[in-house]
Amino acid sequence: MTADHPIIRVENVSFSYKVNQDQQIPVLQNVSLDVYPGEYLAIIGHNGSGKSTLSKHLNGILTPKTGDVYVNQINTRDRERIYEVRSQVGMVFQHPDNQIVATIVEDDVAFGLENIGIAAHEMRERIDASLEAVGMSAFRHRPPHHLSGGQKQRIAIAGILAMRPQCIVLDEATSMLDSYGRQDILAVIRKLHREGMTIVTVTHHMSEVAEADRVVVMEAGQIVLQGTPREVFAHQQRLRELHLDVPDASRIAALVHQEWEPFSPNLIVNEEVVEEVNRHVIKQAEASGT
Amino acid sequence: MTSPIVDVTDLSHVYMQGTPLAHQALDRVSIQVERGECIAIIGHTGSGKSTLIQHLNGLMRPQSGKVIVNGLDVSDPKVDVRLLRRQVGLVFQNPEDQLFEKLVGDDIAYGPFKMGLPIAEVKERVEWAMELVGLSFDEMKDRPTFALSGGQKRKVALAGVLALRPHVLVLDEPTAGLDPRSRNELLQRIRRLNQEEGLTVIFVSHNMEEVARLAQRVYVMANGQIACEGTPRHIFGNSSLLQEHHIGTPEAVDILYQLLEQGYAVDTGSFLPEEAAAEILNLIKR
Repeated sequence: MTADHPIIRVENVSFSYKVNQDQQIPVLQNVSLDVYPGEYLAIIGHNGSGKSTLSKHLNGILTPKTGDVYVNQINTRDRERIYEVRSQVGMVFQHPDNQIVATIVEDDVAFGLENIGIAAHEMRERIDASLEAVGMSAFRHRPPHHLSGGQKQRIAIAGILAMRPQCIVLDEATSMLDSYGRQDILAVIRKLHREGMTIVTVTHHMSEVAEADRVVVMEAGQIVLQGTPREVFAHQQRLRELHLDVPDASRIAALVHQEWEPFSPNLIVNEEVVEEVNRHVIKQAEASGT
Repeated sequence: MTSPIVDVTDLSHVYMQGTPLAHQALDRVSIQVERGECIAIIGHTGSGKSTLIQHLNGLMRPQSGKVIVNGLDVSDPKVDVRLLRRQVGLVFQNPEDQLFEKLVGDDIAYGPFKMGLPIAEVKERVEWAMELVGLSFDEMKDRPTFALSGGQKRKVALAGVLALRPHVLVLDEPTAGLDPRSRNELLQRIRRLNQEEGLTVIFVSHNMEEVARLAQRVYVMANGQIACEGTPRHIFGNSSLLQEHHIGTPEAVDILYQLLEQGYAVDTGSFLPEEAAAEILNLIKR
């Protein structure tokens, strides 16, 4: 991984919102972060910790007050090349309704392509492929406002895929969805990641975080903890201080471990808990000689 | 016997009635909520949950059927809507989109101020409501609303409704988009309002952990109808029901169902992590 150039390089970025002439609210403070090709990165932190602001820096929606963000060596401050940046790093936002512009699904997916002047036949191909990738081909002639939240988010992802990006940033893209809609989106993300897409996801759902390769924890505009999900979720106490949580699977494993020491406390997904139960039950059976 | 504070009988609603796009959103829905209860309404997207709760403060009037809230008949065209809305505080999904004042304190004060309360009482209510949702009055009242995070805006919007001191609080997805701590805090606050102040709470949620922790009783909606009703233990302990109505399960229940499938004798109605841990200990500690 280290041999590759990062797709996104965040260097010493600080950012603040101006409240009035003499008051600024600092949101990011000297944040540095590299995102590597093919990586699945989760950014977590409590409301107001700066994670959404950070994610909006990743494709130049916001530019830093000080410091720099590079997308494939292009500085996001370079407004002349901002379309290049945006076509390489696409963003999906929290509210499905806010990011749909057209009255027919396929027009919505085509919107970005029209803006960059893609030829009609290639546009067709790209729309077909993107709708296929998110499992929404059957809906291409429907009006989007009759779709469920999860389906709308899949259309939003298709619109981004059509731009052939290298990286997709999801800013709490599942938080307004019901659990089925969420599972749909997670399945799409999983598939894209398997096919080599770089994924950056900002989320409050710790069970989603468990699927990532790397987790970055934000607090007061700084990165305070990072590692694999297993490493990060081992810090239950620290996470609680940061207003965060661990997946229920981790909590349950820790509770069982308290009462029964051999039970591993370091589990992060449901299936692992089930396996661990199996392992113990078999061991017990062997010990009692049955 | 006291009458329920919210009494909905045979409520039906058709969107775009008389057009080819007519859609039956509610189909003879009846729910009864007693004073001081905490009720969850769950169901798949499009099952009619939001349409139902919009009837509770008269935003929508019944096309057919009856809605009586605290003695006020919502279907009566002459009902005092201002009084109704003061008694039923409705917090929409994404309430943060509705903040319109420049400063936090002003936004929360808007409702009580419009009620014509003396300024001292308005201030007292704003302080009370901010404390309830976990915003420091001194620190936050003069903050500009646009510079708040999503979760902070949510709290401001909720405080604005609480400042009206409603008898019934209706929440549409109260914790969607909140971080785990804010979510837990908000749930605890809602529970306290419910238990200590006797506030009747009705909330719509797709977060099953939240339903498991907060609700005394759950209504499951499907295709505009009430598909079933019961305690969280009853609902989550019934896997065919959950599957039929596309209801997700709390993570703890998911683990227990996986164990059950593998032949372990576990109680799938144990929906809290502590209970699930106890079930697991039962299996391995013998």
